[in-house]
Amino acid sequence: MMYGYAGTILRVDLSNATIRKEPLSKSLAENFIGGRGFVAKMLYDEIPSGIGPYDPENMLIAATGPLTGHFLPASGKTHFGTKSPATGGYADSNMGGHFGPQMKYAGYDVLVITGRAISPSYLFINDDTVEIRPATEYWGQGSITTEKNFKNHLGDDYQVITIGPAGEKRVRYACISHDFGRQAGRTGVGAVMGSKNLKAIAVKGTGSIPVADLKKAYAKGKQAYQKVMAKPGFKGWTPEGTAGITNWTNEVGVFPTRNFQTSHAGHYKNINGEAILNRLKITDKGCFGCPTPCGKYGHTQTKLGSAYVEGPEYETIALFGGNCVLKTIEEVAYANYLCDELGIDTISAGVVIGWAIECFQKGILSRDDIGREIDFSDLDSVAYLLNQIARREGIGDLLAEGVKIAAEKTGKGSERFAIHVKGLEWSGYECRNAPSMMLAYLTADVGAHHNRAWVLGHDVAGAWTNVHDLISSETEIRAQPKAVVSERSAEYVIESQDKRSLFDALGNCRLQMMELGFEAEHYAELYSVITGITKSWEALLKISERIWQLTRAFSVREINGFGRHLDFPPARLYEEPIADGPNQGHVLSREEIDDLLTWYYTARGWNENGIPIKETLLSVGLSEVAEDLEARGLL
Amino acid sequence: MELRAIHENCSGCNTCRLACAIENFKEVNPSRSLLTIEARFPAPGDYRIHLCDQCGECADSCPEDAIHLKDGAFIVDPDACTGCLICVEVCPHDVMFIQKHSDVPIKCNLCGECARTCPRNAIVWVQDIENDGDQESEVA
Ligand code: SF4
Ligand code: SF4
Ligand code: SF4
Repeated sequence: MMYGYAGTILRVDLSNATIRKEPLSKSLAENFIGGRGFVAKMLYDEIPSGIGPYDPENMLIAATGPLTGHFLPASGKTHFGTKSPATGGYADSNMGGHFGPQMKYAGYDVLVITGRAISPSYLFINDDTVEIRPATEYWGQGSITTEKNFKNHLGDDYQVITIGPAGEKRVRYACISHDFGRQAGRTGVGAVMGSKNLKAIAVKGTGSIPVADLKKAYAKGKQAYQKVMAKPGFKGWTPEGTAGITNWTNEVGVFPTRNFQTSHAGHYKNINGEAILNRLKITDKGCFGCPTPCGKYGHTQTKLGSAYVEGPEYETIALFGGNCVLKTIEEVAYANYLCDELGIDTISAGVVIGWAIECFQKGILSRDDIGREIDFSDLDSVAYLLNQIARREGIGDLLAEGVKIAAEKTGKGSERFAIHVKGLEWSGYECRNAPSMMLAYLTADVGAHHNRAWVLGHDVAGAWTNVHDLISSETEIRAQPKAVVSERSAEYVIESQDKRSLFDALGNCRLQMMELGFEAEHYAELYSVITGITKSWEALLKISERIWQLTRAFSVREINGFGRHLDFPPARLYEEPIADGPNQGHVLSREEIDDLLTWYYTARGWNENGIPIKETLLSVGLSEVAEDLEARGLL
Repeated sequence: MELRAIHENCSGCNTCRLACAIENFKEVNPSRSLLTIEARFPAPGDYRIHLCDQCGECADSCPEDAIHLKDGAFIVDPDACTGCLICVEVCPHDVMFIQKHSDVPIKCNLCGECARTCPRNAIVWVQDIENDGDQESEVA
């Protein structure tokens, strides 16, 4: 008996309509924990090398972790993984809500989807009953509409994930949607789901997850809640959720604005957390087990219409309110709603649209190319482009490819301000005066995403500090000194990468640790009493490091000519000093970026081209991976 | 003394349901819990907590007189119950449950675990409310 886990992997091949259940192996669980660890291991071992992301052989994996669904703060996460439509390498995307817990109550730790259904289908799971069912009637519908229709049809006790039109049309940044406002947003997991003709998965579980020592686990879980609730951030951070950081990022000048031309938006007080509370919010909305619900569900009204919408959370504020310069929280929320219904990642969409507007302003894309005039601060432009993108109509077909491919196809210097790393669009922190955070973006395994390391505290405050303390310390808009570029950045980034991504393996939210400062070590205790496998936090971090090396190895194997050049930001971020605001005039030079990468590679045990060396792979227990890469001439 | 829901505080975490299942059935399995959380999305965009307020309509309706008040909670006597499920029909909050392992309906026994574990103060003892003027106005 394996404790903590549900014990079964469910494999569904949509091409030949086969459904297979296999026991979760003890060694997989012990060596890779769950979630992101399972995703990395299964992708590396099972994907035929060289396939395209939309080939039927690609896998779409939904993996929970050992903590998912248990009694402890915020155990509601599900981790999706696939070969990346954004980068061609490793991809994963994390989602909150209630889906993962429900998977485990139904008896499954992991769902693995391969193949392609002949016609639009959905996967139905009710405990042991698993069926591939027709979904033609839902095809073409928006994500929110589809989820509601499924709930009406199957019952509210089903948890549902869906794709919208963007996923069906394989927009490279289509998301998987759930719970009317939660998404696996990044890396195009929704496009892979669409390529499989899979519109939705509905799951209901009425089973129970075995626990090694339930009495102790329950007591420890209650203590954990009490400790989280005793943190100052419980009352201070929760009301605004992630949006609460908007003031701070503007005051210290790291808020991407006008396609990253600058890092401060003058109107930030019109799009911050307070604006959400005063003008949009109906209810706090959280994931399973969460004491600090970051979701702010509300209602927005604009000239284009009104809508119920969850959010906007910080990232959406940054990319639509900053990068596309939408002027009011109502407009940002409406763009958010359009993305949610169409099934598009708000981060990538905000970057792509910012780039397109700048291309238009510079005459690189014409009115004819686009179909109309477009501008910053214009909700009509944003709404028009989102609809074109989701349906791949007109200019939308180009923009749906993501900013990297769109810029390569467009040329004329537009690559210089196409803000991505490896093909994944940059999320909501501008880094020209934040060397550690810059390095975090450059080396994140999925591309330019902040989820793997968040080290702005080091850059701005000079130390690690939880987000609540950072944002509640008094700030004002003031000129920032040029940041010091040092070897320490590599250390900070690695520490944060191993720590933060461990939560994606455990199946738990990290925000209670990151934002409130709830001590990470508690999770090792919870893991041990729940699974009966005693591991210290340090031992778990070692596994996290193994997973990190493995995801890098996957990209080395799958991306032709992988190397240092792919860890570089676009030219704007090392050539153009920031236009105005607190960091006016600052920029990291190409040499400084090269130094940061070299320090990082050395500390990670990689060669000067950013490829893990054999000894490194052996030292983290990945000898088969070393052999495989060696046999392919990649080591 | 009974439980009361403050719906506006609820954020849908279902911590209460998991606690109820662990406390009463020793299972990590919220489907066995004796209260439900209704998520009303996309509109009107809020939560409704359905819990037993010990109103006693189940006991009044039972033709076998199998439901008795004990320490403030109405409890189904499994030996006297014939499984007619009339009580399930009449319960105004839909919180008389039929679980898959049994023919006899089961309901909240007022153990209080949901109220103790709710991190949002969305389930409270009515007695607490009556002692606290602030909260009373919230539920009024
Ligand atoms: S903090 Fe936010 S993302 Fe994390 S579990 Fe709570 S509601 Fe979900
Ligand atoms: S009082 Fe006890 S039995 Fe009743 S719903 Fe709450 S936890 Fe369940
Ligand atoms: S524990 Fe409280 S906030 Fe969470 S679902 Fe139950 S009543 Fe709502």
